[in-house]
Amino acid sequence: MKNRLRVLRAEREWSQQELADRLEVSRQSVNAIETGKYDPSLPLAFRIADLFGLPIEAIFLRD
Amino acid sequence: MLPKNPAARRYMIRISVAMTVYIGGLFAANYLIDNALVAGPLAWAAALLPAFAIAGVFYAVGMLIVELKDEFLRMLLVRQNLIATAFAMSVVVAWGFLESFGLVGHVAGYLIVVLWAAGMFVGAVSNRLTHGSWGQCW
Repeated sequence: MKNRLRVLRAEREWSQQELADRLEVSRQSVNAIETGKYDPSLPLAFRIADLFGLPIEAIFLRD
Repeated sequence: MLPKNPAARRYMIRISVAMTVYIGGLFAANYLIDNALVAGPLAWAAALLPAFAIAGVFYAVGMLIVELKDEFLRMLLVRQNLIATAFAMSVVVAWGFLESFGLVGHVAGYLIVVLWAAGMFVGAVSNRLTHGSWGQCW
């Protein structure tokens, strides 16, 4: 699944570690999600959406 | 130094306890049984003490899977364990057939733990290649 996490993070000038801290996950998790190597669970996807103030479908895109 | 991650910290403590019991148990069993200081059920208990300690290692790994809050790292750890288990069992089954056809000698069963540990390394390499992370949680 594609996502806009890297773009949204860059817009806010957050490092991967900063985003990871805000989501209470590891930096490896953020990296894996950004590079499309891992699709987050629905609860984590909702946490990401809440953090950016966007609906899930504005962050995660169908292939 | 203990890890910052609470689950990893508990894991390290559990592993340390298990390995201490293993080393102590192994020395005790060797000494007691080699010198015929125990017999019958006590000899069995002494001989099994190192095995219980190794079971403690598996318990520690299982609890790490349960207690890790990071879902990505947890997934990597589960993946790593499945690869390690499949690796160890495959090698043992292959060895068993070779042994039953008289092509290789007998090897002590407890050495499967060494294969499992090697399999954990294989699993970590696989995680790095497929998911970009070794799965370290501290």
